[in-house]
Amino acid sequence: MNFQLTKEQEFVRKLVREFATNEVEPLAADIDKEHRFPVETVEKMAKYGMLGVPFPAEYGGAGGDHISYAITVEELSRVCASTGVICSAHTSLCCWPIFNWGNEEQKKKYLPDLLSGKKLGAFGLTEPNAGTDASGQQTRAELVDDKWILNGAKVFITNGGYADVFVVMAMTDKKKGNHGISAFIVEKGDKGFSIGKTEDKMGICASSTTELIFQNCEIPADRLLGSVGDGFKVAMSTLDGGRIGIASQALGIAQGAFDVTVEYMNARKQFGKKLSQMQALQFGMADLKTKIEAARLLVYRAADMKDKHLPYGEAAAMAKLFAAETAMEVTTKCVQYHGGYGYTKDYPVERMMRDAKITEIYEGTSEVQRMVIAANTFKK
Amino acid sequence: MAFKIIVCAKQVPDTNVIKINPKTGTLIRDGVPSILNHDDANALEEALKIKDKHPDTHITVISMGPPQASDLLFECIAKGADEGILVSDRAVGGSDTWATSNTLEAAVLKWVKENGPYDMIFAGRQAIDGDTAQVGPQLAEKLGLPQVTYVEEFQISDDLKEVTVKRQLEDGYELIRVQNPCMLTTIKELNEPRYMNMKGIFGAKDIKVWNAKDIEVDLTKVGLEASPTNVFRSFTPAPKGKGVVLEGDTEKEVAKNLLINLKGKHVI
Amino acid sequence: MAIKILNDKCKGCSLCVKACPFDALKLENKLAVVDEGKCTNCNACISKCKFDAIEAAPEAEKVDLSAYKHIWVFAEQRNGKLMNVALELIGEGYRLAKEISDDTQVCAVLVGDGIDHLADECFAYGAEKVYMIQDPLLKNYTTDAYTKVLKQAIDEYKPEIVLYGATHIGRDLAPRIAARCNTGLTADCTRLDVKVSSYIEYAEKNTTLDTSSLDPNDPSTGIKQTRPAFGGNLMATIICPRTRPQMSTVRPGVMQKREKVEGAKGEVVNVKPEISADDIHIQIVDIVKSAKEMVSLTDADIICSGGRGLGDASGFELIKQFADKVGGVVGSSRAAVDAGWIDHSHQVGQTGTTVKPKIYFACGISGAIQHLAGMQTSDIIVAINKDADAPIFEVADYGIVGDLYKVIPEIIAEWDNAEALYDAANK
Repeated sequence: MNFQLTKEQEFVRKLVREFATNEVEPLAADIDKEHRFPVETVEKMAKYGMLGVPFPAEYGGAGGDHISYAITVEELSRVCASTGVICSAHTSLCCWPIFNWGNEEQKKKYLPDLLSGKKLGAFGLTEPNAGTDASGQQTRAELVDDKWILNGAKVFITNGGYADVFVVMAMTDKKKGNHGISAFIVEKGDKGFSIGKTEDKMGICASSTTELIFQNCEIPADRLLGSVGDGFKVAMSTLDGGRIGIASQALGIAQGAFDVTVEYMNARKQFGKKLSQMQALQFGMADLKTKIEAARLLVYRAADMKDKHLPYGEAAAMAKLFAAETAMEVTTKCVQYHGGYGYTKDYPVERMMRDAKITEIYEGTSEVQRMVIAANTFKK
Repeated sequence: MAFKIIVCAKQVPDTNVIKINPKTGTLIRDGVPSILNHDDANALEEALKIKDKHPDTHITVISMGPPQASDLLFECIAKGADEGILVSDRAVGGSDTWATSNTLEAAVLKWVKENGPYDMIFAGRQAIDGDTAQVGPQLAEKLGLPQVTYVEEFQISDDLKEVTVKRQLEDGYELIRVQNPCMLTTIKELNEPRYMNMKGIFGAKDIKVWNAKDIEVDLTKVGLEASPTNVFRSFTPAPKGKGVVLEGDTEKEVAKNLLINLKGKHVI
Repeated sequence: MAIKILNDKCKGCSLCVKACPFDALKLENKLAVVDEGKCTNCNACISKCKFDAIEAAPEAEKVDLSAYKHIWVFAEQRNGKLMNVALELIGEGYRLAKEISDDTQVCAVLVGDGIDHLADECFAYGAEKVYMIQDPLLKNYTTDAYTKVLKQAIDEYKPEIVLYGATHIGRDLAPRIAARCNTGLTADCTRLDVKVSSYIEYAEKNTTLDTSSLDPNDPSTGIKQTRPAFGGNLMATIICPRTRPQMSTVRPGVMQKREKVEGAKGEVVNVKPEISADDIHIQIVDIVKSAKEMVSLTDADIICSGGRGLGDASGFELIKQFADKVGGVVGSSRAAVDAGWIDHSHQVGQTGTTVKPKIYFACGISGAIQHLAGMQTSDIIVAINKDADAPIFEVADYGIVGDLYKVIPEIIAEWDNAEALYDAANK
């Protein structure tokens, strides 16, 4: 057991905290209001190496670990959850499957640009009729004359409108169910590939969530990621890691809401005293702080297990389940403690509350996390 | 041959966060973060900008401080410096600016012995804990370098031999040309310091810690006892007595009330 | 080296222990013992000992301090015009000189070219002697040339104290000279004392310092230089006991000029500088007065300052209107400057300008300690702030808790009616 962050991890927090405070926080309210994807922030994150944290330097990564990556997403999300998920979806859902499942040529071709942030990544699994239940995939891929032809559509794709590289699941053999799914790398500009409508969401409004449309989309044979039929494994292993990213995002949202509420309670006076002097509210905050810290331990532990190549699927599910529900509880209470002001857009907590909700939903709902944990509990 | 820059930097308590214990009148330093001194961050940034343009530039950051100040060198290297040197020894503790510049002089001379001559030295104008702005010029004096302080704009010739700077004055600036090697002290108007980068954080760190013996400094010229200035007393400033809060049902009434009071004091 | 206790003479009376300002003496086995790490050789104990049991540190260690006499003021001029701070320092130097002894003089040192006319101005403001150092190479300030000629003059005439204005030039020059003279320098002082009794008086009136360990009859006249440190959170008084000259840079706007006496005269000593073009290693290409709005915060009678509470840069439009109405100058807090709302030249406080206007309006300024450090000696402070708990109200003479965007327009509207309002209120 060692609960101390390393010096590198502490400096990652310092870097991202400074970056987030100066570059991200000032935009957060505006890009939420305008539903505007912060292209300029993505460029800056790229410049400082935040889009390739947990990958080796030989592919252009920072050579960091997954706890550092978790801290990065946490600190970004502490001030802006939309910015946090841009980093998380790119890193966990696109870079990682290519790093883990790609052959050497694919890694050399795609990772340097992705990890340096020159290109942005996204991941396409969900369809109108198939979310985590991947076997319902209706997007099909056929090998014709040494080319894969993709047909179908994906929905709710994070970074969709701004990504250059997509890891996409498609059915190559319907009869085999989950084992008939294969993973592909699709590039922006591929013939027959287009971006559909952009979702109008409740929260993380500055994140680009779109449809992907494949109409006889034609890609070379070497875009197959892993082997034919590996798609389900690619998707599930990717989501295990993605959950660490989303758990980190949830943790960051909770911490951000908590911090601004502490500040508010120290300033706001009612009935002749500061809110921070009222015991009922003090106790409420004490509970929230404890839950946030518990979530942090779960998140960092899952990341640590991933670094140590231990099975981390269940740990990641627990981290995401607990951190997401904590984020929801913390933000809801923080709006409450702000009173009427908390319900207005003059204060950031209402945005944080709207943003928190998504963490209970995407990359596996809380119900799905419970399924994963239960399955690990009762498996023979 | 590489262009060699030395940057002097100091780890300081964040004075914006320091509070006073109202009961004892003493500084509360607990939980006050240690940071890279602001003006020094500008000094490093200007050196890094030269390196951006001329990759064959070698940047050494030299700092004097307690062992934990090596964190500062970690940060500087994570921003792009090549090497960090911490001069740390109880013998140099309590130094005033004169004794500090003697220590830094010895450290620079040791560096020169090992690496050959440097081309430039950058230092922040002043540190936010002491606000003296004396160590830069005093180090320049010891090293026999021309100095330009309060540098707010910087240009270097393509052959890296000559620099042209704007030196800030209260009511304008001087445009000054000087040949390398020289000492420049920098202010925040000069540039916007960059952040660390992830690759720098996880990359190799060349950090050396030198003690007084390593730098072969004359021990009669460093530390508290050798310092020509001493602290005689220190205390906290006393707040002025509380004034009156002006009342009134409307802003207009309050404003009138204020003017009546000011008139009564014969100040308007 | 520290002072030495002669054990055969020491009676263990503890008088020296009480006299030591540095807590460097204690009694052990009925004998005084020196903590060499703490002793600064101030020699305060020696005169207190009734048994001649304390010896000063060996002379070889020390400069002959008594060879140094008089107070010098570096009378900074730019383009043939004296800086205000030079006159302030002559005033302060005069006060200190007379506290040291009747025959201690305050001397102005003028460095430049074609500046003979400035001597009379120095005399008019209290200088008793002027050292005039002129050469075409000294026309504009350069670190190299000014350091060289001043060092030369200091070596020749041995002043006891040298004061410089803490201007961008003074703070460039003074450290270089101090290093060359191997003496101490204290930066950015806001208070100077030589007599212990004056220091006690100052401390009791303005600070939280416990003065019980200080002896008002102490005859020593080493300079006690008080300055803010840690961003104004702490005041420190610095001494320079073992080397001469003692040197300080002093913040502009803090010291008092003397009443001008037209036609006052004194001795002018022309110092021939040993300087050649080879001594100067930098080249001044140009000196530019900035086109930006001149702010003379130090000279203003009324200052209207805005802070973070303005909300954004446009708030300074209202502050400007306010200042125009009341005949004042626009100031600002560091927060507003850091936010990029206004130029640094407007900044009041620890890292900006120290001001002492008749009225200081602090609008939307919370009163961070750095800010207070630069304005709390204003004659009257008016604070306008939404937050009744803002620390600015601790120093304000008049506080208005409210929205500055509503209050200031009303003050502007009623400003010209002040007299009538006053008369009506006092009927």
